[in-house]
Amino acid sequence: MKSFEFVNPASLRSAISTLASAGEKAKLLAGGIDLLGEMKDYIQQPDIVVNLKTVPGLNRLTADRRGLRIGPLVTLTEIAEHPVIRANYTALAEAAESVGTPQIRNVGTIGGNLCQRPRCWYYRDEAVVCLKKGGSVCYAVEGENQFNAVLGGGPSWIVHPSDCAPALIALNASVEITGPQRRRVVPLEKFFTLPTQNVLQETILESGEIVTQIIVPAPAAGTRSHYMKVRHKESFDWALSGAAVMLQLRNRRVAACRVVLSGVAPIPWRSPEAEAVLRGKAVTPQVAMQAGQAAMAKARPLGKNAYKVPLTRNVVKLAVLKTAGV
Amino acid sequence: MPGWKKPSENSVLGKPTPRLDGPDKATGRAKYAYDINLPGLLHGMILRSPHAHAEIESIDASAAEKMPGVKAVIITAKAGDRMRFQGQEIGAVAAETIERAEDAIRAIKVRYKVLPHVVHESVAMKPGAPVVRNNDQTNLSEPNRTERGNVTAGFAAAKTISEGSYGCEVRTHLPLETHGVTCRWDGPDKLTCWASTQGVFSVRDELANALGIQPASNVTVITEVMGGGFGSKFGAGYEGVICARLAKAANAPVKLMLTRYEEQLAVGNERSGHMKIRIGADAEGKITAMEATIHGSGGIAGAGVPFPYIYPVENVKVEQRSVYMHTGPSRAWRAPGHTVASFLMECALEDLAIKAGIDPLELRLKNDPTPMRQKQWREGARLIGWERRNPRPGQGPLAGNGRYRRGLGCGAAIWGGGGGPGSQCRVTINRDGTVLVEIGVQDIGTGTRTYCGMIAAEELGIPLKSVRASIGKTYLGYGVPSGGSVTTASTAPAVKRAAEAAKKSLLEQVAPQMGVSPDDLECAGGKVFSRTDPAKSVSFKEACARLGMEGAVGNGTWARELQQSGVAGAQFAEVSVDIETGHVKVLKIVALQDGGVILNPLTFKSQINGGVIMGIGMALFEDRHMCQITGRMVNPNMEFYQIPGTMEMPEFVSVPFENPDATGVTGIGEPPVIPTAAAIRNAVLNATGAYVNTAPITPARVLQALADARRRG
Repeated sequence: MKSFEFVNPASLRSAISTLASAGEKAKLLAGGIDLLGEMKDYIQQPDIVVNLKTVPGLNRLTADRRGLRIGPLVTLTEIAEHPVIRANYTALAEAAESVGTPQIRNVGTIGGNLCQRPRCWYYRDEAVVCLKKGGSVCYAVEGENQFNAVLGGGPSWIVHPSDCAPALIALNASVEITGPQRRRVVPLEKFFTLPTQNVLQETILESGEIVTQIIVPAPAAGTRSHYMKVRHKESFDWALSGAAVMLQLRNRRVAACRVVLSGVAPIPWRSPEAEAVLRGKAVTPQVAMQAGQAAMAKARPLGKNAYKVPLTRNVVKLAVLKTAGV
Repeated sequence: MPGWKKPSENSVLGKPTPRLDGPDKATGRAKYAYDINLPGLLHGMILRSPHAHAEIESIDASAAEKMPGVKAVIITAKAGDRMRFQGQEIGAVAAETIERAEDAIRAIKVRYKVLPHVVHESVAMKPGAPVVRNNDQTNLSEPNRTERGNVTAGFAAAKTISEGSYGCEVRTHLPLETHGVTCRWDGPDKLTCWASTQGVFSVRDELANALGIQPASNVTVITEVMGGGFGSKFGAGYEGVICARLAKAANAPVKLMLTRYEEQLAVGNERSGHMKIRIGADAEGKITAMEATIHGSGGIAGAGVPFPYIYPVENVKVEQRSVYMHTGPSRAWRAPGHTVASFLMECALEDLAIKAGIDPLELRLKNDPTPMRQKQWREGARLIGWERRNPRPGQGPLAGNGRYRRGLGCGAAIWGGGGGPGSQCRVTINRDGTVLVEIGVQDIGTGTRTYCGMIAAEELGIPLKSVRASIGKTYLGYGVPSGGSVTTASTAPAVKRAAEAAKKSLLEQVAPQMGVSPDDLECAGGKVFSRTDPAKSVSFKEACARLGMEGAVGNGTWARELQQSGVAGAQFAEVSVDIETGHVKVLKIVALQDGGVILNPLTFKSQINGGVIMGIGMALFEDRHMCQITGRMVNPNMEFYQIPGTMEMPEFVSVPFENPDATGVTGIGEPPVIPTAAAIRNAVLNATGAYVNTAPITPARVLQALADARRRG
């Protein structure tokens, strides 16, 4: 790990100004789970590390009639164990609980989970200058791509590693972003960007901007949600495929819904096709299967990840059925 | 010579006994090579080739030498040298912190002429592929043939002939403690080395030889405890020798432990194996013939597996070839080649049994001549409930027709595990009633220290807590390197004989004071007493107090009669397969393992459990992924090179299988890993009807095999 200056800002304003003036040379540290890994692997070599843990208030979590307000430094364990989240925002609790190991969840934060960098093994290899690191080739296209994208890929074929993001998008969450000039609130769905937009980053965050809050509206009556994650190694693994499903049921029919996939696309992948199948229908095994098929209709697998297509079809089906309680 | 007592006569041996060093290991008090921190300690790091195949054009270390905190830089490669795998060593640095050493490594400028590489077997085997070894024409070795009998006649006699392709991928050793040493020079030609090794004496000799130290005893190697080797840690290696050289150059002690990245690339792996086979059986299920071609790769080193495996076949034609690639060399890996051979053989047998409509266990009983294993097959079948198995693959009450399908499978093991000469043990009975057992042999993790103490306690009739065992140091008597499961069978006889000799000395010294002949005295139950006159009895402690200044000392060497070689072994797996996701969960492994006279059933069982866990890793997870574009390993870590974790643990039914005829001890570190993967694969087949013929059995492979099975109908 390259030497760096460790900055402990006393306020959000001070953190933002340090971050803004240093530009690319500075990185934000929340739980540090992802950043330290990248620094140890020489993927990121910042001169300045800005420690967000000394900024007061970023670890606050409130749950009331309006919904959830989650500070970016709230840990995944807190989210997974929060009784209101478990009861009313089930997909989020399940997603947080599915991340890493207990040790990682005790330290890892929700802000870090949303802003973490890809796990693609080419990106994580110091000696490989891939497209995401300013190179000209996405090695996954012709190389070892068993864990890469089957939807929304190109020119980079990473998959977004977050479990919490699909769950939050399914729950219609927004993020509050604070920068040197302004504060903005953006639907989480619009927070993530495809590689076609900017291959070097996965979010809309601009220089000096920090995620300062995650806002989840209170679910409408009759809303249920669930996050299903398929891991090869159950003890500790990324999603081979996952689905966050939100269903608002009225008279046993789907009045509103969201289906957001993990592990298959460079961003948390909302599937309007699957949602269109579900909307207005009573959930049956057949409808759920059709939703799965619709979700994967446009999939374009690479050489070694075709299994993700039937897998994700099944995951959507199972997640929809579980959410509906069928 | 007195032999091992019957189990019923023992008071210490044969009883499940926790490891003497268990609490230290569990609490972190135990000092591994990683934990040795000396005053003024520097940290070493090795510079390695990033390329699978390249020629070095120039090396410039001048910037690294001038960096703050850098105390020594040694470059061992030179311009013109060929690098033949990613991770091949170029040089090393020692610096005040590990971070400075890492920075210094990156400051060494190496110019490479990058050459074309082959890191996938299929590519290496193509005509015109870049050739890995200088004098070869292709990357395929000359075939190694096993031929006997008459294959044509054998197939003509077969009622059923099964054909198939099976394979396993390259696996690394992945010890939790990586390779490495801490070296301190105690004079110009005197070296102390704390090593993570399975052979303290082999490390000593390699260091002495490489560094020109005479006599070799001027090198002291210490391994109090070590965090796994699995066959990859016999020598000092590049890392050990360069660490000693850095320490000399810097005039300070140096610690050099490999990173996980280095560990995964450069210090060994288990060869792959891919087979095409035809195998036939007659109406009774007796194998009549087999014909197989096998290829596998050990990178720049050779491959090859023992085949046919376990089951004797009269008419055989097997052709094996190594495929050379630009990847790190293979090394011995817990039962070298046997895990591969077992997977290939047991899969082929299973499919033959299914095709012939014979219960796969019946087929094995028909073809397995080993009486011990015949007993194990039957007991294992009882313990797993073999009668529950699905009569046809994927069809039966155990499989059901829901999302999770259950099935059963089995596989067999074979191993030697006998010992050899060389061990030198000393047992000292002190005047305070304590006993010290000393032998230089290291503990690879099987519980060596504990049984050394137990043997002396048994022999002297005292509790284990009165005995201290000192092992893992080359200034003690010689002990063998831990390979081939030979350690216990080589060490235990010497410890027993040393304890007998010490006892003899004790009895000879105290007999006159007790007014009896030494032959009349016995040690048992913490007492020294006359066999003929029980009134003449003193406590062991009291007897020791009567010893002369030098106490009672006995030396012992190996004795063939106290060990034996040759074990069987059988395992049964029960799995649950999620047919929606392809995920396999191992529910239960029944593992029966014999091993001669069993000294400590608890650590015996631990070795079975450990083998099973590693076998689950082979079955479900372990696969070294190479990228043919970059020539680099894409998973040189524990994130994508996975091994079983807590959630992957099955119910263990690990059975130290008693051998009533046993007269000697036998090592069993290796055999319990052999059949697990095949048993799991066969259970997946029994559960689902999906033929997953390549390990690891990933969700991707299961989903594919399920789709294939549906297509076949």
